[in-house]
Amino acid sequence: MEHHKKHIELEDIYEIRLSGSGGQGLVFAGTVLAEAIGIYDGKNVAQTQSYGPEARGGASRSDLVVSKGEIYYPKATKLDLLLALTQEACDQYSLALKEDGILIVDSTLVDQLPLREVLGFPFTQVAKDELKTPIVANIVALGTICALTKIVSKDSLIQVVRKRAPKGTEELNQKALQLGFELARKRKKKDR
Amino acid sequence: MEEKIKQKEQLLLQGNVACARGALAAGLDFFAGYPITPSTEIAEYLARHLPKYGGKFIQMEDEIASMAAVIGASIAGAKAMTATSGPGFSLMQENIGYAYMAEVPSVVVNVQRGGPSTGLPTKVSQSDTMQARWGTHGDYNSITLAPSSVRECFDLTVRAMNLAEKYRTPVVVLMDEVLGHMREKVTLPQPDEIKVINRWKPTVPPEWYQHFEINPHYVSPMAIFGEGYRFNVTGLTHDPLGFPTARSKEIKDKLDKLRNKIEHNVNDIVQVKEEFMEDATCAIFAYGSAARSARQAIRMARQKRIKVGLIQPFTVWPFPEVYMEHMSERLDMILVVELNQGQLVNEVMRTNCGKTRIRKLNRYDGEIITPDEIFHKLREVR
Amino acid sequence: MEQMTQVTHRYLRTKKKFPSVWCSGCGIGIVFGAIIRAVDNLKLGKDQIAMVSGIGCSSRMPVYADFNTLHTTHGRALAFATGVKLAKPELHVIVITGDGDGLAIGGNHFIHSARRNIGITTILLNNNTYAMTGGQYSPCTPFDKFGTTAPFGNVERSFDPCDLAKGSGAVFVARGTTYHVIQLQKLVEKAIMKRGFSLVEVVCHCSTIYGRLNREGTAVKMMEWQRDHAVSIQAAQRMSPEKLRDKFLTGVLWDIEFPEYCEEYEKVIKRAQGKVNL
Repeated sequence: MEHHKKHIELEDIYEIRLSGSGGQGLVFAGTVLAEAIGIYDGKNVAQTQSYGPEARGGASRSDLVVSKGEIYYPKATKLDLLLALTQEACDQYSLALKEDGILIVDSTLVDQLPLREVLGFPFTQVAKDELKTPIVANIVALGTICALTKIVSKDSLIQVVRKRAPKGTEELNQKALQLGFELARKRKKKDR
Repeated sequence: MEEKIKQKEQLLLQGNVACARGALAAGLDFFAGYPITPSTEIAEYLARHLPKYGGKFIQMEDEIASMAAVIGASIAGAKAMTATSGPGFSLMQENIGYAYMAEVPSVVVNVQRGGPSTGLPTKVSQSDTMQARWGTHGDYNSITLAPSSVRECFDLTVRAMNLAEKYRTPVVVLMDEVLGHMREKVTLPQPDEIKVINRWKPTVPPEWYQHFEINPHYVSPMAIFGEGYRFNVTGLTHDPLGFPTARSKEIKDKLDKLRNKIEHNVNDIVQVKEEFMEDATCAIFAYGSAARSARQAIRMARQKRIKVGLIQPFTVWPFPEVYMEHMSERLDMILVVELNQGQLVNEVMRTNCGKTRIRKLNRYDGEIITPDEIFHKLREVR
Repeated sequence: MEQMTQVTHRYLRTKKKFPSVWCSGCGIGIVFGAIIRAVDNLKLGKDQIAMVSGIGCSSRMPVYADFNTLHTTHGRALAFATGVKLAKPELHVIVITGDGDGLAIGGNHFIHSARRNIGITTILLNNNTYAMTGGQYSPCTPFDKFGTTAPFGNVERSFDPCDLAKGSGAVFVARGTTYHVIQLQKLVEKAIMKRGFSLVEVVCHCSTIYGRLNREGTAVKMMEWQRDHAVSIQAAQRMSPEKLRDKFLTGVLWDIEFPEYCEEYEKVIKRAQGKVNL
């Protein structure tokens, strides 16, 4: 039987949803982000996933709950950050965002935007143009999320991406991250 | 060895992987299984890592065969386990019954998904709770453990392996889709911090050996194949030597033994985790991933000065009867939260005998219940 | 004869579990005797043998045998045996099954055990019926024959267990009868010594149930039928298709080499432990 602190606090939590369709590597991206935040940056994190039967196509999402305190309920409900890599995901989840939540979409694939501030980046197009493959669009997006929100440190993210990337694709994935950082930097410049 | 040193670090682990690592830490020698969502990662992890320790992994032709192979391996001396989800758990019931009858140490992990039938392969549920108790035909007592976190997936799998060996019985670990697929930060115990129990072996010469000896412990020493004891094992009701019997006394002795080895050892088997119960006037009763939401709801309620605590049975079966009887004397209300239409709530009511208000909150739409839902229900019924 | 009986008795749990459940005139005892003499002739220790069975008349055999014995659920003997063999490959695992147990409810385990080529010796006693439950038609009841559940004649085709095993990947397939006991013993010996999945189908008379339902006469008459219709595979090569029309083949029907599963799994362990480069 456990004894407990009488002092009860509900720590601030930060909720992230990475959404899109099967095959876009969202569960992988969620795992990478969770490890970077949890193990390398030392915060508490719970990552869950929701997906259909399809390995390719079909809705897919990965939720992260980040907190300095204990995390009990592991799903994201009031999103601080939503990444939508498909129109369907954008339509379905943008209402779950907090009022001041951040919506990031892949502008290559999402063109009908909800009535709110949206940050669009051509993740898939950039991955295709610069790295000759759309499959690292998820990692490009992670780079942008990292640079824009500071929810995860760049160093941690680079280390985990290199560690978790399939053998032989470490460079490719690190380049994808750099592209993501770059996209965010350009945006900030423009905003200024 | 490398794996074992790593256990000291903080890791981001999935519940299914933590379960597999718990089994390895408890000395798993043999795994037989069949692919099924959402438990497949357990098999995948063990296919890769079990042979590193000299253990054997086999993918069988179905779940019926998986459970059969687990029993065969255990009788040949291996610590054996399988993992599945609802549809596979149903198929395994035939041979889980055999393992009860023949008293074969074995662990069955059920990472629950929605049912009945093929149901919801990728969505959470706790609707196999009663199946874990009464899934196969006949009279028997069962041990079922339910973790609620990644670390508990590790710990309770270790415990399941130990209880299976100690009491010569199948032990069910009831996980669920959320837990199985959830990743969180954990630090695993060092190998020397993990207590590993091995089965009780006979010391008598073979001619005196009785594979199903009746003794005051209700657990018989267990010889294994190939070591000179040459016993018989059967799923037919049998005498202490293991030969089929039709004698009334031997039949009753056998069935009493199956019951008593659990009932007489409930103090050793049953574990309940409490939170905020010291001054609680009401409690939430929840297990598995629903207990996570309950934890958060209780903290929300405590901020509003509601004196509520958490009762989380690690041991779903045997049901913590004595503990709950004790609680019925001191609590005004118990809210039972489950991801099904109400299963364990019936046990809470049965043991409570009407002394306390029992309320239930159920969600069975494939999603985990939220802390808000529990908090609002709690305000409504307290 | 007396010596032969003495050999058999050394391997029986005589003090514990007799008389047996089998009817007088049953063929299963003949097969049991042949297996015991094969084990004795091969000089295998009793502790080295694990005898595993399912449910049915023939599946009661392990209860009487002084080996490591495992009497399992209906049809699942091969799946249990797979666990025993993989956990302890040094054991000689012999599975006793029937045509209903092994080929109907256990058909899936049968083909996959053969495909896996796990080192199990399967003795399939084919009496063409479910005898223990009283004579229902089985996967091996011939077309037009009778069962209690085929009172107007069986309209299903029957399996050839040997063809099924061969097609599924078994490395050793043989057929014997309860009439040709010496041949049967030799076939069992070869099957036990074969590395990989081996099958011996035994054409086994059942005079009490199947014989009566189909008016095939006494046990002796049924065995005489075996004598008159069994043709060894060697003899068959010299016979015309015409003469072979109503006959069945006995002897070693199939014998090939393929790596045994448990031995292959030892290599998996070495690869996993990094002792062998991938």
